[in-house]
Amino acid sequence: MSSVHTVREPLIRISKRSGMPVWKSWLIRLAAVLVALLLSGLFILSVTGLNPIKVYVAMFEGALGTTRKTWFTIRDTMMLLCISIGLAPAFKMKFWNIGAEGQVLVGGIATAGLMIYLGDGSISTPALLVLMAVVSLLAGALWGIIPAVFKARWGTNETLFTLMMNYVAIQLTSYCVALWENPFGSNTVGVINRQTKVGWFPEVFGQNFGLNVIIVLVLTVGMYVYLKYSKQGYEITVLGESENTARYAGMKPGGVIIRTMAISGAICGLAGFIAVAGASHTISTSTAGGQGFTAIIVAWLAKFNTFVMLLISFILAFLQKGAMEIASQFKLNDFASNVITGIILFCIIASEFFINYRMVLRKRKEAEHK
Amino acid sequence: MIFLANDNSCKDTRRYEQPSITVDNAVQMRGVTKIFGSVIANDKVDLDIRHGEILSLLGENGSGKTTLMNMLSGIYFPDEGEVYVEGEPVTIRSPKDAIDLGIGMVHQHFKLVDVLTATENIILGLKEPGRLNLKKAAEKIRAICDKYGFVVEPEKKVYDMSVSEKQTVEIVKVLYRGANILVLDEPTAVLTPQETEKLFDVIRNMKEDGKSIIIITHKLHEVMAISDRVAVLRKGEHVADVDTVETNPQELTDMMVGHAVRLNINRPEPKNRVKRLEIRDLSVNNVYGLRAVDKANFDVYGGEILGIAGISGCGQKELLEAIAGLQSTEEGSSVRYYPEDTDEFKELVGMNPLDIKKAGIGFSFVPEDRLGMGLVGSVGMVDNMMLRSYRDGHSIFTDHKAPKKLAEAVKEQLEVVTPSINTPVRSLSGGNVQKVLVGREIAANPKVLMTAYAVRGLDINTSYTIYNLLTEQKMKGVAVIYVGEDLDVLLELCDRILVLCGGKVNGILDARTATKEQVGLLMTNLQEKEENAQ
Repeated sequence: MSSVHTVREPLIRISKRSGMPVWKSWLIRLAAVLVALLLSGLFILSVTGLNPIKVYVAMFEGALGTTRKTWFTIRDTMMLLCISIGLAPAFKMKFWNIGAEGQVLVGGIATAGLMIYLGDGSISTPALLVLMAVVSLLAGALWGIIPAVFKARWGTNETLFTLMMNYVAIQLTSYCVALWENPFGSNTVGVINRQTKVGWFPEVFGQNFGLNVIIVLVLTVGMYVYLKYSKQGYEITVLGESENTARYAGMKPGGVIIRTMAISGAICGLAGFIAVAGASHTISTSTAGGQGFTAIIVAWLAKFNTFVMLLISFILAFLQKGAMEIASQFKLNDFASNVITGIILFCIIASEFFINYRMVLRKRKEAEHK
Repeated sequence: MIFLANDNSCKDTRRYEQPSITVDNAVQMRGVTKIFGSVIANDKVDLDIRHGEILSLLGENGSGKTTLMNMLSGIYFPDEGEVYVEGEPVTIRSPKDAIDLGIGMVHQHFKLVDVLTATENIILGLKEPGRLNLKKAAEKIRAICDKYGFVVEPEKKVYDMSVSEKQTVEIVKVLYRGANILVLDEPTAVLTPQETEKLFDVIRNMKEDGKSIIIITHKLHEVMAISDRVAVLRKGEHVADVDTVETNPQELTDMMVGHAVRLNINRPEPKNRVKRLEIRDLSVNNVYGLRAVDKANFDVYGGEILGIAGISGCGQKELLEAIAGLQSTEEGSSVRYYPEDTDEFKELVGMNPLDIKKAGIGFSFVPEDRLGMGLVGSVGMVDNMMLRSYRDGHSIFTDHKAPKKLAEAVKEQLEVVTPSINTPVRSLSGGNVQKVLVGREIAANPKVLMTAYAVRGLDINTSYTIYNLLTEQKMKGVAVIYVGEDLDVLLELCDRILVLCGGKVNGILDARTATKEQVGLLMTNLQEKEENAQ
C-alpha cells in the first residue's frame, strides 16, 4: 500500500454516528459531568487555591444541605420548569419564542396588581388566587398572541418580535413599580400584603412552596400528554416539521401558530403568577430574572420531553444555589462560581456532540491498514 | 459484508477487479471505501478511467455512483483506498485539488449565481494575476465553445437561461479550468430528447479531443448510445465492467439489480371510462407572482392513467397542487369534480384540502416533495398514516389504533424495510419513504389519485411495484394522474399523455401511438422562455 497519500490527509475527521444504545449515551453524559467536575476542580485549585472537594461539598450543602435550602432549590426548579413547559409547544412548532421573559413579567404584573388592588380583604384569598391565575394566564396569552398574529398574517420574524416584546414588558414593569412604589421613594414595590398575606399561596403539606410544586407537576404531565397524544399536539408536530405538510394535511398554519402561542404565553404568564404570588410576593423588572432565556436551554436539551425538563431544571437550579453558597462561604465573588456553573453546563451540552458524532483520527486509520 | 446480496442469479456477482497501476490510464481508484454512519456507500471500489473514453457509471439510486465521483472531485474524502492520476498516487482533499489534477465535475444541481453572466460565473473563484479582464475571458470561452460545439452567450445572465444553457455553462466552467477528466452527474435528467442529442454530440467532440468523460446515469438507452465502456455499481460495489458493444440493456439491468428483471409494464385497456375532473382555464401563479400554469384545459377520466410530461418546472407542481386545493388559483379558473352516478358537479376552486375532504371527495395526492409535504420526517409510520385522517372522531386525543393497523398493513404489502413502524420515516431509504406515502394515499380508497414523480429516486424493483399499483388503481376505476420525467415509462404506462410547456397545455397524445420524439417536440416547441425554471 502506498503511504504517500497519507501525507496530506486531515488529522481528525468527524463523521455522523448511527444509533447509540441508550445506556451508552447516558454513560457519556455521566462522563461529561465527571470531566466537568475535574475541569472546574482544576480551575478552583489554580485560581483560588481552595480544595475542590471542599468546594463541591459546599455546593451540595448550599443546594440540598437543609430542608429549607432544599425547598428553595425546589422552588427555583419549579419556576424554571414552568417556563420551559410554556416554551415547549412553541419551540416544537419551530416558533422561536424568545419572549418568555416578557410573558412571565406581564403575568407577574397582573398578579401583583390584583394583589394590591384587591388586597383589602374584599375578596377571599382562594377566590383571589383563582382570579389572579386566570388574569395572568390571559396576560401571558396576549403577550404570546401578538407576535403570533403578525407571524401568521404577515410572516414577520418571530424571534425579533418576541425579543422586543420583552423590552416592552420590562418598561411596563418599571412603570408599574413606580406606580405601586411602597414605601414611597424606595423605587421598589416591597412585599405586598406583608401582614395580611392576602393573595399569597397557602401552605400545603406545611410547606410554603407546596402549591408551586403541585401546579407545575400537573402542567408537566398535562403538557406531556398534550404534545404526545392530543390532536392539537399532533398539529404542532406536523407544522414544526413543515408548513407545506401541514397545509397538505388540511391544517391552517396561521390558526395553529396563534393557538399554540396563546398556550405558550399563557403558561409563561402563569409562571409569573407563581413567581409573584407563590414565591417573592413582590414585582420588579428582575422577577423573570433571565429564566425566560435559561428555559430555552432546558426545553431544547430535553427535546421537549417535559419529564427530562424536570431533571434539567433541577440540575440548573442546583448549580445556581450551589454557586451562590460557595460564593458566600469561600468569599469568592459571583463570577468565580458562575465560571464553575458554565464549565459544567458546557461539558453537558458538548457531550451531545460525542453522542451524535464520532471522530476519526488519522493515526487510528493507519494502524488499521497495518 | 452484510450489504452483499446473496443472490447467485446474476452471472457477474463477483467483485470486479482491475489490473495493476499504469500510466496508460487517466485515473485509477483502488479499494476506495466510504461509509456514512452505518451505510457503506462505496465498498472497496476499483475503477479505471482510460484516456479519451466515455465511461458510463451505471447503477440504481443509492448504489454509490455519485459518492464515488464526489471522492474523485474532492467533495468527500475516502475512508480507505488510493487514487492514482496518470499512474501517480494523489490525495484529493478539496475540489481545488481535483481541478489542479484536471478533474472537474458537473453536479446534478447546478451551482451558478443567477444574477451573474455566463462569463462571470465561469471565472468566479479563479485567482488569475492582474486585473479582471472579462473580455479576454469571454474570448477564451468562445474559443472553447467553438472547439467543442457548445452554444453559450458569454454576456447572458444565468436567470435568463434555460436549463440546458445552464448546464452548458457548468460544463464550460470545468473546461475553462483545464479539466481533462470530466464527470457529469445525470446530465440528461433535466433535458429533452433533442437537447440530450446535442449534449451527446458535444461529449463526443470532447472525447475526440482526448478528454475522458464519465457519465453518471441510470438510463440504459443513453448508456448504449453514448458510452464506450460501462462500469456497473451495485450496493456500493463495482460489480461489472463491460465494453458497451458487447452488452445490451437487459444484461445491464440484470447486473444493476443483481437478478433478472422484466422490463415491461403491463398496460390493460381502460374500461368504464367516466369523466371525473373537468379542468377549465386553470391558471396559477407561483410564489414569485409569475404565471406557472396558464389557462389549462383538460379532462381526467376514471379508469385511465393520464400522464403529464414536461421539462422540470413547467407548471406540473403548481397544476397538481391547485387541483388538490393547495394553491390559490387565478380568476376564471374552474376545476369541476363529477361524483359517481350523477351529473351534478362540484366546483373545487376555492376549496382547501380540508374542505375537499369534508365534501366527501376522495382525493389522494402523492406530492413531489415527499418529506417536505407528503410526510412528517421526524415521526414513524404510524403517525404518518394518520396525517390526513387524524381529525376523525370527537376525542381531543388522536386515535393510534387504526393508523397502527394501516402501518402494519402497508409495511407488509409493500415490503417496507424499516426497523419498526415507529422509526422516524426520515431515516428510511428513499424507496421506502415513497412506499409509505403511496401506501397511505392508496389506502384512502381515492376516486382521483395524483402522483408527482412517484418513482423518482427509486430502484427498478420498487418502481415496477409502483407502476403496478397505479395500474391496479386504474382498473378499479380510479382516475390516475401520473406526472413523470422518464418518457419511456410515460409512453408505456399511461393511456393518454398531456404535455406541458411553459405552463401551457401543449397537446394531449394517445400514449399507445405517440412517439418519444413527438412528446419531446411538444415539450419544447412553444417559443416562450421558461421563466420559472430552476
